[in-house]
Amino acid sequence: MIQAILVFNNHGKPRLVRFYQRFPEEIQQQIVRETFHLVLKRDDNICNFLEGGSLIGGSDYKLIYRHYATLYFVFCVDSSESELGILDLIQVFVETLDKCFENVCELDLIFHMDKVHYILQEVVMGGMVLETNMNEIVAQIEAQNRLEKSESGGQ
Amino acid sequence: MVPVGRGMPFIPSVLAVVGAGAARMSRDTPWCLEAFYLIPPGTHANEGIQVGRGKSKEAEIKRINKELANIRSKFKGDRALDGYSKKKYVCKLLFIFLLGHDIDFGHMEAVNLLSSNRYTEKQIGYLFISVLVNSNSELIRLINNAIKNDLASRNPTFMGLALHCIANVGSREMAEAFAGEIPRILVAGDTMDSVKQSAALCLLRLYRTSPDLVPMGDWTSRVVHLLNDQHLGVVTAATSLITTLAQKNPEEFKTSVSLAVSRLSRIVTSASTDLQDYTYYFVPAPWLSVKLLRLLQCYPPPDPAVRGRLTECLEAILNKAQEPPKSKKVQHSNAKNAVLFEAISLVIHHDSEPNLLVRACNQLGQFLQHRETNLRYLALESMCTLASSEFSHEAVKTHIETVINAPQTERDVSVRQRAVDLLYAMCDRSNAQQIVAEMLSYLETADYSIREEIVLKVAILAEKYAVDYTWYVDTILNLIRIAGDYVSEEVWYRVIQIVINRDDVQGYAAKTVFEALQASACHENLVKVGGYILGEFGNLIAGDPRSSPLTQFHLLHSKFHLCSVPTRALLLSTYIKFVNLFPEVKGTIQDVLRSDSQLKNADVELQQRAVEYLRLSTVASTDILATVLEEMPPFPERESSILAKLKKKKGPSTVTDLEEAKRERSADVNGGPEPAPASTSAVSTPSPSADLLGLGAAPPAPAGPPPSSGGLLVDVFSDSPSAAAPLAPGSEDNFARFVCKNNGVLFENQLLQIGLKSEFRQNLGRMFIFYGNKTSTQFLNFTPTLICSDDLQANLSLQTKPVDPAVDGGAQVQQAVNIECVSDFTEAPVLNIQFRYGGTFQNVSVKLPITLNKFFQPTEMASQDFFQRWKQLSNPQQEVQSIFKAKHPMDTEVTKAKIIGFGSALLEEVDPNPANFVGAGIIHTRTAQIGCLLRLEPNLQAQMYRLTLRTSRETVSQRLCELLSEQF
Repeated sequence: MIQAILVFNNHGKPRLVRFYQRFPEEIQQQIVRETFHLVLKRDDNICNFLEGGSLIGGSDYKLIYRHYATLYFVFCVDSSESELGILDLIQVFVETLDKCFENVCELDLIFHMDKVHYILQEVVMGGMVLETNMNEIVAQIEAQNRLEKSESGGQ
Repeated sequence: MVPVGRGMPFIPSVLAVVGAGAARMSRDTPWCLEAFYLIPPGTHANEGIQVGRGKSKEAEIKRINKELANIRSKFKGDRALDGYSKKKYVCKLLFIFLLGHDIDFGHMEAVNLLSSNRYTEKQIGYLFISVLVNSNSELIRLINNAIKNDLASRNPTFMGLALHCIANVGSREMAEAFAGEIPRILVAGDTMDSVKQSAALCLLRLYRTSPDLVPMGDWTSRVVHLLNDQHLGVVTAATSLITTLAQKNPEEFKTSVSLAVSRLSRIVTSASTDLQDYTYYFVPAPWLSVKLLRLLQCYPPPDPAVRGRLTECLEAILNKAQEPPKSKKVQHSNAKNAVLFEAISLVIHHDSEPNLLVRACNQLGQFLQHRETNLRYLALESMCTLASSEFSHEAVKTHIETVINAPQTERDVSVRQRAVDLLYAMCDRSNAQQIVAEMLSYLETADYSIREEIVLKVAILAEKYAVDYTWYVDTILNLIRIAGDYVSEEVWYRVIQIVINRDDVQGYAAKTVFEALQASACHENLVKVGGYILGEFGNLIAGDPRSSPLTQFHLLHSKFHLCSVPTRALLLSTYIKFVNLFPEVKGTIQDVLRSDSQLKNADVELQQRAVEYLRLSTVASTDILATVLEEMPPFPERESSILAKLKKKKGPSTVTDLEEAKRERSADVNGGPEPAPASTSAVSTPSPSADLLGLGAAPPAPAGPPPSSGGLLVDVFSDSPSAAAPLAPGSEDNFARFVCKNNGVLFENQLLQIGLKSEFRQNLGRMFIFYGNKTSTQFLNFTPTLICSDDLQANLSLQTKPVDPAVDGGAQVQQAVNIECVSDFTEAPVLNIQFRYGGTFQNVSVKLPITLNKFFQPTEMASQDFFQRWKQLSNPQQEVQSIFKAKHPMDTEVTKAKIIGFGSALLEEVDPNPANFVGAGIIHTRTAQIGCLLRLEPNLQAQMYRLTLRTSRETVSQRLCELLSEQF
């Protein structure tokens, strides 16, 4: 199961935070900070897996992450997930963001926070992988966009 | 801009913030990373709020508080907000929350949005609820109401939103409200694929949080059939659901095995074009394949028919790994290898196809040298589990040269850590010296984060595989020299225990510590070990003028002033021991004790010792001194405290309060409805530091507090035999399987798995019992008890410690049993386990496979000797013979393996008839050693065996014959 999905930039500013296990707000912020420090000190071309920080359960959990330009995408998972599978899932998520925003950048995550959440919801639901097929995900998002347009047209 | 990260040929412009972002936003001010914006959805940047980089943190907080006040006033205002504004402000709140500020309002507005008919308003409402979960009960009632309406709306988009919300929040209240409804949606014929997908995962989430609220029912068989669904997304979601359900209800979902295998087979062998869009970089449906392989790991190897098909799949996956890649993209190799690693996990889990196991091992061996760090990491990790399989332990060992270099050559600490783990797992008597040496040399440069763990591992391996105890002493002293700060008390207590218990190594230890202490700067832990050992065994090296008593004393005393109070206290004890060992240094030592810095020491412990020791040395006669300061008696053997420490370090965070555990236990005894174990103290544990006069603040009090009588070990049930459950079905079969092997799974039901790992040497043995909680719920009052009949208790001594009474969901706890065979025995002990699972009391009993043959030591002998002894044992009581029908195929190799597994030597070219098998060995008990000869004559035509046992004791012949004849 995926416990948490954290996206933050090279300075540790959170850009997308989603927890699938209940943590008090304060702990959530601490987990983001701890995770940031864990991945920040790692070189760029070493492996993409490491043991989770103490707050999120230590060695029972793995952090699987990718670093793109200014952003880190970190998935915190338990042992029931395939490491390489999750690594590819991050890629699917980012590629989907890229398709939906046409050249996604950090700003899109800020300006369209709601939309980013909706895209994520099509990929991961309640900590489980919902859909991995990018075309299917994009089709869902486009359907949402059409709904939104028709509603704002009627306003 | 090229993305950072290894081998990521990614869309070049993705997330290239500075270029693309700034241009598209068409802003004058350059985009800076520190800035943040509060922007309503769909508006332009310049409508938002910005706090620039130059502003202080206070300014940011001020700005945010202003914005919060603004939103609050809008919400509270007289004018009703339109849906768009509500949506805008709710979105702003979410953003402020993301930045780490508490949001304590807005929930009501979000809930109002749920009942909107506009999709976008509903959507943001649900998002807010899922991210900022609130436990206010009034609110929950409203939310549940909204969800109920949406689920009933038959509008798939609305249903999807509602299901997402349930899955993301997953609270117990929601489970109560919807656990009945969701299975219906999931299996209804007219539900759309996307809704089915969501419903499956939603149900999974609810089952995880509240399994008791999701009863199995008619729907289960229909869920299994979703594995045949047309839509691969539905199949993937259903597989996740079934995997979790099957872990706790294996019977209910047994049929999923053959369906999963045939689905897997279709994916693996299909041309990838069949799989619509689910082909990912030329790999057909990798995520689904991974999930299916995971599902199959919930079950033992399937029936032969299905098994053949599964083996084909696994072989196909292994074969594909050898094919040239269809794409150079890292995504291709990742996806392909994700499937491959999962297939290997399944092979390891089944642990039954030697051929596949060896192929898996070779494949992992290739990955160990792969240029992709991720693959090396995963290969090391998988090999670790492979090393524990009987079939492949040897195959894993062939890669030792690669693994042994990894800690030194890998750039990544995660990978180095895995390499150390694997070295630890693959270590056995044949390579222990090499591996320990390598770990020691790695320790000099190892990352601080993993040093303590390596220290523990080295200490354990050195002890476990020491043939030559001088090597053990050298290793531990090296350990202290290299990484003294990381050597915990358990480690140096242990070396002292071992030196005291083994007189063959005491002289060497004294000499070695003496030499090590010569170094100008030595670690305080070395001073402790040195002080203790010289105090006990300094006399063994005192004959050499280079280490005369006075030299020894001066050497130790030169370190005294640099040490902490506990070490000084220990050294004072050493000095008084010297007074006894070496009367010639008495004067010197008395002078030291008499000095003001000792007698008037500010530390009360040191002062007291100095005063008492000085007085003791003055008033006591030599005889009394010799009695008081006698050499320490051997320590009782028990589980290594180091191992316990490592387990604690590695294990899940189950640091339950010891006190609490005790309280629970005693509460149990007093008033629990369960039959309370009538514990009798069968083993008394003398305090290890029972020296007189309380001198024994001296260190070695190794294994924690002495067990209280309530927690005692070999509980005898002679009073209340009805308390334990009758033996679990299949217990006898499982028991028989362990006669010729030592490791494996002894018992498994839906809740609990019991695994065994044991080792025997001469008349001693140690068995590790692993209790795995297969559920996600904590077991309470978990109490395993060993039950021996009076008869058995006299002949077999068992010692163990109680386990933590709370076993977390998914966790495994371990219990070590120390075994001593006092005299030959026939019965087997019974392991009774009682615990509470979700309010119900569970009681399981299994026979523990500790059998007489475990204390066999093989004896090689020539044909002539064999027959000579055979004749000597010709007394009719000494021979027992049994003729029986073969229960298994009569395979020579298997038979040989079983005889060796039974413990006796297999003697080749002894029997004139090459078809026969003969064996010889000695049964070791505390009271006697019993020579045993055996002969097994197969008759292939009749499918029969004749087994003859000759031993010097009738009961032994009888029992061995019974045990062995069940095996063929």
